[in-house]
Amino acid sequence: MLHRYDVIVIGAGGAGLMAALYASGGAKTAVLSKLYPTRSHTGTAQGGIGAALSNMEEDHPAWHIFDTVKGSDYLADQDAVKALCEEAVPLVYELEHMGLPFDRTADGRIAQRPFGGHTNNDTKQPVRRACHAADRTGHMILQTVYQQCIKRNVTFYDEFQVVDLLINNQGQAAGVLAVDIDSGELHTFQAKATIFATGGFGRIWKITSNAFSLTGDGVAVAYRRGIPLEDMEFYQFHPTGIKGLGILLTEGVRGEGGVLINGQDERFMPRYAPTVKDLASRDVVSRAIYQEIRAGRGVNGEGYVYLDVRPQVVNKYFAEDGAMNPDGTPRRITAADIRAKLPDISDFCHTYMQIDPIKQPMPIQPTAHYAMGGIPTDVNAQVVVDAANTPMPGFYAAGECACVSVHGANRLGTNSLVDILVFGRRAGQNAARYAAAAAWPALPRQPEAPLRGLFEGIRSSQGRESVSHIRQEMRSLMMDNVGVFRTAGLLEEAVAKLRELKDRFNRISIMDKGQRWNTELLEAWELGCQLDLAEATAVTALARKESRGAHYREDYPDRNDDDWLVHSLAWQEPGGSIRLEHKPVTLGLYAPAKRVY
Amino acid sequence: MKVKVKVRRFNPEKDRRPYWAEYRLDAQPTDRVLDCLTQIKDQQDGTLTFRRSCAHGICGSDAMVINGRNRLACKVLVRDLGKNIVVEPLRGLPVIKDLTVDMEPFFAKYRAIQPFLINDEEPPFAERLQSPEARARFDDTTKCILCAACTTSCPSFWASDSYYGPAAIVQAHRFIFDDRDRGAQVRLAILSDGDGVWRCRTIYNCVEACPREIDVTRAIGEVKKAMLVGIG
Repeated sequence: MLHRYDVIVIGAGGAGLMAALYASGGAKTAVLSKLYPTRSHTGTAQGGIGAALSNMEEDHPAWHIFDTVKGSDYLADQDAVKALCEEAVPLVYELEHMGLPFDRTADGRIAQRPFGGHTNNDTKQPVRRACHAADRTGHMILQTVYQQCIKRNVTFYDEFQVVDLLINNQGQAAGVLAVDIDSGELHTFQAKATIFATGGFGRIWKITSNAFSLTGDGVAVAYRRGIPLEDMEFYQFHPTGIKGLGILLTEGVRGEGGVLINGQDERFMPRYAPTVKDLASRDVVSRAIYQEIRAGRGVNGEGYVYLDVRPQVVNKYFAEDGAMNPDGTPRRITAADIRAKLPDISDFCHTYMQIDPIKQPMPIQPTAHYAMGGIPTDVNAQVVVDAANTPMPGFYAAGECACVSVHGANRLGTNSLVDILVFGRRAGQNAARYAAAAAWPALPRQPEAPLRGLFEGIRSSQGRESVSHIRQEMRSLMMDNVGVFRTAGLLEEAVAKLRELKDRFNRISIMDKGQRWNTELLEAWELGCQLDLAEATAVTALARKESRGAHYREDYPDRNDDDWLVHSLAWQEPGGSIRLEHKPVTLGLYAPAKRVY
Repeated sequence: MKVKVKVRRFNPEKDRRPYWAEYRLDAQPTDRVLDCLTQIKDQQDGTLTFRRSCAHGICGSDAMVINGRNRLACKVLVRDLGKNIVVEPLRGLPVIKDLTVDMEPFFAKYRAIQPFLINDEEPPFAERLQSPEARARFDDTTKCILCAACTTSCPSFWASDSYYGPAAIVQAHRFIFDDRDRGAQVRLAILSDGDGVWRCRTIYNCVEACPREIDVTRAIGEVKKAMLVGIG
């Protein structure tokens, strides 16, 4: 079946919905998502969205820019960071105007809390910059932007899974191929402009905060069609996932005063980040946790530590640190504050660990959380396909699937929500503007043929390999070898084993031979995407012989700006090998400096 | 521990009517029911079909009937159910395949109550001000994740599927009691007809079903009261 739209948006999280909202004003627009929009992973973001509103204390977008650049370990493109932090302020007001139920200060303004890496640039102390709606800020953003799409009558194709990007002989994006999950039929969507907002790929790691759906389909589909992937070696492990499960416990817990405690009952972060302590950026905190565990100081000598937000503990450290409220009174927290500000965290702890965080510390371990890398774009959200930033006509990307790059080597907490809004909006505006002037791009001949063949191959295969076994092996391998600490040896082994897994993937078979709601078939296809992205991650991590942000090489423990202040680009070559190139970083505001917290 | 999982199954391409399938597996007491279903799909029967995404009670994909109650499969642990687990699709929505139901009738009701802020006044440059007390007035109903557990547990909805149902009313409540919204009368008019709030017989199934612990019946009661005496 063939559909035609001026603009199609793939993915219905915050970035996709924002793009749709802005594109639909001037162009015939449709949104395709493999989930119902309200199931998208934006909804699980908890702690807040960063914007220098100065509602509770002095703050400036310029401070937000510096913190983001420093947090990125100087790998972010500074023109993009400037856009991010400056547009954050009007966009948060726009969300409020749309109806988002932010928490409020006593005088009725949007309430803000401290978050890791966000500081007063003069005092170097944490600043209240994260605008929040309890600990369900992402849920409220997703709901609010979806509500606006309903108001505007945006067209949705819910539970349509995109499996191919159509690029024609002129090198233009011409649309996508999607499976209607309900019927199993393939649909061709021809579009003047295609926007990918397909999210991340945390499911390639064993312990992850990411939803089952985050298999990197969009990133892999673009990669397979010749688009390079940028900075794939930079993947963020969030410090505080529920032990064993990986479910996120927001940095907002530490924003409210929570502290990390090792097995010797010691608050250890001051040894690693003497100024901001538990509110250092995520890469620093995750490494510190693992260093404690390696030194035998995990709880009971095991692979986890505690996140402690019990009021008496928090208040003890507030007093030791001399922590103050904006009005100059000593900072204190009560059990009622925690219940009001962190209700979902309390619920998760109760449901999955039978723990009450007001009475007991929470067992945590770092959890694979966020892709800094992805489909390269410029500041207009247009996809660029080489080191000279040559744009591909008609192709846009925004949100976690994209790499602008605003996060560089390490993203600050709250900045992903800013990113999806700022660059989702830019993608929607620019795609609509482009579509208004563009002719219909020619479709490639028989656009459905390659994927029809691939799916029929999986359905009819008599192979003996199991999708779930390969998936499990990949996820363990990535956790053990391509995690927080990396070495050449571990990465070489990972690359070799991933290639074995890819080979075995060619011999999988499935039980469900049907057409309708064949999730077994689609999950098998998703595993292929995951393997491609895992390989790109391991290969780029092996190539980068320095440590920067989330990429920590024990054999090259220092940052090396002389050789490695560059983005990496990885292409999947027709034979399956990977070609690497570098791309310069856009500086201009802040020269790289030593990074201490 | 050894558990037995009974699943109500139906494949529209093969089966004339639904049937029960039984699976035996090893599970940890702390496993979620969703982990059990995933284990069955991965190790025993790849054709078993269900929706799932976030796996921690936020996305609302995996509402189903578990041991007779509407729950999210990712928010119920084996230890709370024991050795015998029975899983069925939500009631009152058409079954598509196994545990997946057609959600479109549910979302159509959601859209019908105009689930978006209605306010045509020019906003200030910065945020509109709202007191913490005014914000707290509708806090409970902002938690809704549209999982449909409440609506599909409601006998009034089973009896008449034209009833808007608890979830749509919860969503209406979220706006009616937001002092920034100007559309309360429009929504109250929609919900005052024969398929509106008066179909609620305060049976409280919705309260028990809600995985977000929203006091759904109370919210419906407040909407009823608003119709009779205005928004207090």
